[in-house]
Amino acid sequence: MSKIKCQCGHENPFGTVLCERCGRPQTEEAKASQLVDMRYEGSARRSQTYNRSIVDRIWNFFSSVKIGISIIIAVLVTSAIGTAFPQKLYVPATTEVELAAYYERLYWLFGTAYYKLGFHDMYNSWWFITLIGMLGISIIIASVDRVIPLYKSLKRQRTKRHPSFMKKQRIYGEGPTEKPDVSLGKAEEKLKKLRYNVKTEDGALLAEKNRFSRWGPYVNHTGLIIFFIGILLRGIPGFYVDETMWLLEGDTKAVPGATGYYLESKKFTMETYTKDEAGEVFGEALDRVGMIAKNYQTDVALYKDKEGALPGSGDQEFVKDYSIIVNDPLNFDGFNVFQMDYRQDEDLKSMTFQLMEKSTEKSLGEFTVNLVDPEQNYEIAEGASVVLSDYYPDFDGMENGEPKSKSSIPNNPAFIFKMITPEKPKGEMSFVAIQQTLETEENAYKVKFVSAEMRDKSGFVVRKDKTLYILLLGGIIFMIGVIQGSYWNHRRIWIQKGLDNELLIAGHTNKNWFSLKKELDKVQDFADLPAYEDRQDKESNLEIKEGEQS
Amino acid sequence: MGLAALSSNLLLVSFIAYLVATLFFGGAVKGAKSEATYQNNRWGKIAIIITIIGFISHIGYFITRWIASGHAPVSNMFEFTTAFGMMLVGSFILLFYLYRTPSLGLFALPIAIIIIAYASMFPREITPLIPALKSYWLTVHVITAALGESILAISAVAGLIFLLKNIDLTKKSKQRFWIEAVIFTLILVVGFVLSSTTFKLIGYEAEFTYIDKNEKPAKIEYNYPPLFGMHQYKAITPEVMTPWAEMPAIINAKTLTTFVWAVTTGILLYLILRLIFRRPIATLFQPFAKKANSQLMDEIGYRAVMIGFPVFTLGALIFAMIWAHEAWSRFWGWDPKEVWALITWLFYAAFLHLRLSRGWDGEKSAWLAVIGFIIIMFNLIAVNLIIAGLHSYA
Amino acid sequence: MAKADKKKKRLIIRTIVLLLLVSVVIYAVAFKDKVKVLAVGDMAPDFELVDLEGNKHRLSDYKGQGVFLNFWGTWCGPCKKEMPHMEKLHKEFEGKDVQILALTIKDPPLKVKAFRDQYELTFPIAIDKTEVVKEAYNISPLPTTFLINDKGKIQKIIKWAMSEEEIRSHMESIQPK
Repeated sequence: MSKIKCQCGHENPFGTVLCERCGRPQTEEAKASQLVDMRYEGSARRSQTYNRSIVDRIWNFFSSVKIGISIIIAVLVTSAIGTAFPQKLYVPATTEVELAAYYERLYWLFGTAYYKLGFHDMYNSWWFITLIGMLGISIIIASVDRVIPLYKSLKRQRTKRHPSFMKKQRIYGEGPTEKPDVSLGKAEEKLKKLRYNVKTEDGALLAEKNRFSRWGPYVNHTGLIIFFIGILLRGIPGFYVDETMWLLEGDTKAVPGATGYYLESKKFTMETYTKDEAGEVFGEALDRVGMIAKNYQTDVALYKDKEGALPGSGDQEFVKDYSIIVNDPLNFDGFNVFQMDYRQDEDLKSMTFQLMEKSTEKSLGEFTVNLVDPEQNYEIAEGASVVLSDYYPDFDGMENGEPKSKSSIPNNPAFIFKMITPEKPKGEMSFVAIQQTLETEENAYKVKFVSAEMRDKSGFVVRKDKTLYILLLGGIIFMIGVIQGSYWNHRRIWIQKGLDNELLIAGHTNKNWFSLKKELDKVQDFADLPAYEDRQDKESNLEIKEGEQS
Repeated sequence: MGLAALSSNLLLVSFIAYLVATLFFGGAVKGAKSEATYQNNRWGKIAIIITIIGFISHIGYFITRWIASGHAPVSNMFEFTTAFGMMLVGSFILLFYLYRTPSLGLFALPIAIIIIAYASMFPREITPLIPALKSYWLTVHVITAALGESILAISAVAGLIFLLKNIDLTKKSKQRFWIEAVIFTLILVVGFVLSSTTFKLIGYEAEFTYIDKNEKPAKIEYNYPPLFGMHQYKAITPEVMTPWAEMPAIINAKTLTTFVWAVTTGILLYLILRLIFRRPIATLFQPFAKKANSQLMDEIGYRAVMIGFPVFTLGALIFAMIWAHEAWSRFWGWDPKEVWALITWLFYAAFLHLRLSRGWDGEKSAWLAVIGFIIIMFNLIAVNLIIAGLHSYA
Repeated sequence: MAKADKKKKRLIIRTIVLLLLVSVVIYAVAFKDKVKVLAVGDMAPDFELVDLEGNKHRLSDYKGQGVFLNFWGTWCGPCKKEMPHMEKLHKEFEGKDVQILALTIKDPPLKVKAFRDQYELTFPIAIDKTEVVKEAYNISPLPTTFLINDKGKIQKIIKWAMSEEEIRSHMESIQPK
């Protein structure tokens, strides 16, 4: 693996295509070609030079842009397949059996195949994550392998290039001029005005502009890597919290994931657009679609355990009131609480009953049972009261002659009331459930259902994401890099004296040749330079110039 | 005249202006011998002035509608697609002034016209914002994303011109087949507009009840004769045609009906054109592309991607993530629309790498630009209409 | 032999970088679904609840003793079967440094009191009204019992109803020696 010594005396690393210093082609291929490949300045990409051990081979694999592009395409295709049917996340099923049934019911054979292949959870599958990981590795290795040699060769480039280098440039011209030195001087003056960095050496001139744009790709790759790191960090405890919580109006609950914080729901509101307020503008839409939601809002109060107080002690202090609406989460201590869902008219809060004499249907008065924390005794009138002997919040039929509740949530409340009246001071027992009353013996009185009060429920998502700033930083760096690389371009113009009164002129840019040519035209107008041609534009670029000048 | 009405009229003015400008660009191309000579041609000058008038009127539509509704008019399919058409014209004007080539206008404007016509097939009344859309990020994210996409679309226009010019249409080849396929797709869109407009003018309506995929009863209104019925459909409107077949719950039979009508009309239109001209339709457009300079088109195609890619990244990914974090609590949720934005981005990333590192330019690059536009359109049309997700606001 | 040295150095650097990157990817794949929950060996999160009699109970007050922390509900069938055994063993272990604490989640106090009276329970029963302890201990099925040793560490988590014998042996296991 010896160094390559160029005719100019410079020692180039193995694998170099164009001499770092003078630009002479070093390989047979480069010597034979008409136009030289200027990517990476013809420098030796280190990856391509050694291919000995297995480590080198793996390294070279990831260093290859071809492989990088293949990985991008693979991510693209797998991502696309993942959108064919809904992902697991958006399927209303909790168990694997339900999931399988869902895909089969809606998408038949395709659905089953989709599910069996694991495509229903594509973006969380090991192969997808592996692909993304490989993409990350490829970005890192390919960038490192290119940015260093590129930096070195741009630093080492000499002003005076060998004519063979000039001749193989896409923009090239040669021809006699009357006073080459004057032309060179004038060109230098004009190029400086066009904000080029101009260097001269021994009858040769190198004008260079916006070299920093060459670093754009590497800057944006750095941004991407920072972004990937941010995502990786979410796996570490404490960096990322993602919980859901349902909160009923009037309840106070611990915020999941945020130990020591409690949220009280004061009121949930859902509004829709009405024709009164917006009929003139939105009337047509409201007519066509019907109801359109305007606002989902939960008014909450946030509490936290006092300094030193233990969770559960009830020793809390008020932090703040807030109205959580969609697009405006509650923020505290790095946590965000989002309004995500709601249920209306599903949850019972209290029930109101009448104590009634059966024969006359005369009411002795009403009483209200709080279904979450019921009282035992209800005074109704002089000598008349009701005792709540037992309560079954979620009545689920009888078991061994005893009523049974299947949870503590008042979904289907049932009660055993003891009715004490002046006539029956010992009391009569009555079992009351929705649409059902049971008595052990014929009673004189009954408890009659009057009304029920409901309460709304808000669905929240609790998030904490310490990686957000890392992700944002990655995004910003990516944007800087991509703008740096896209909105500026590295342009170079070489002019040098040839034999006799000849001048050679060559130009190179990594993109936007049109603008380079425009600038070159301006220089030509000012200084007497030979005509050049764009050797890739086979369709008469001379005509363009005429068109522009006229 | 109310603001909303003024807004509609301004849109109509711009639509007509684009049509007229296309003719003038055609004149500019026809009258010139080659790319170089038509750059400062009088027809071309008139054409760009009319385009700019149309564009200003289009912006007028946008602003008046914004004032009337109180939110940026990018909140449903009609509004978004119209805005996309507007930005496409804006991007064209920008690139026209960078490169002064009428050929670009001759192809960009008709595409903008088709897009605006397509937009008009959706319900056009002003809708109030649902809570999820009530955020200034709606304005920021959607406008930036649409702007990015429209600049990328110009790259496809340049690519199309390059291909039309350089593909030999006299001989049978893979390239000829695919370029004809691209033209055919455009004709399908025209078919959709034609069929939809026809039935709208007739005032066709047919209402049905059906059972949706969550096994709940629902109601639907067809604007086309119902070729396919919804799951367990029952007609409400008397004396409508009986659908040929009933569809299972996951298939929106209304969308399918619309699709079949559009495709049938498109195919008929294509066949009629083929019968009249007796050669591939692409050859009809080829003369208009012949005078463009290939190298310049390649340059424009690449430059447009270079300008558009950062804008697209910012709007469709970064701003999207920031908003998603605020509205849905997660910055990324693998919602189909999000995924397709990512796919678009990955595609253009691959495009840039192929071009920068593997030297794909000329025809290869032109094909990639056209495919990129197809992906963008797929995200705009198919993902919204077929793959429903959180973004399906149309 | 500078060249050989350089080559060796390069090989080492490349190996390290590759190993590092690959292990990061493996980590990402392997831990994609891992959620941190309370596990055996962790310190039991401290809390303070007031029982039905109005006495405060802090978990940390019982340091040096074993704690049999039982989560239950009045409506939960298996819990009902377990309760009499717990009561019996509560009496058996009185003064033997093993404490039973029973927490119900969101049950109406009326029901809990009725339940206590019906089963004549004498160990402390508290209601976790805000579900803060439930959250901290990640309780899903009822009953769930945490066996906490004298050092405050979780020794075992049992997610089913136990027989008297099981309870006895578990309580013995957390008895300080």
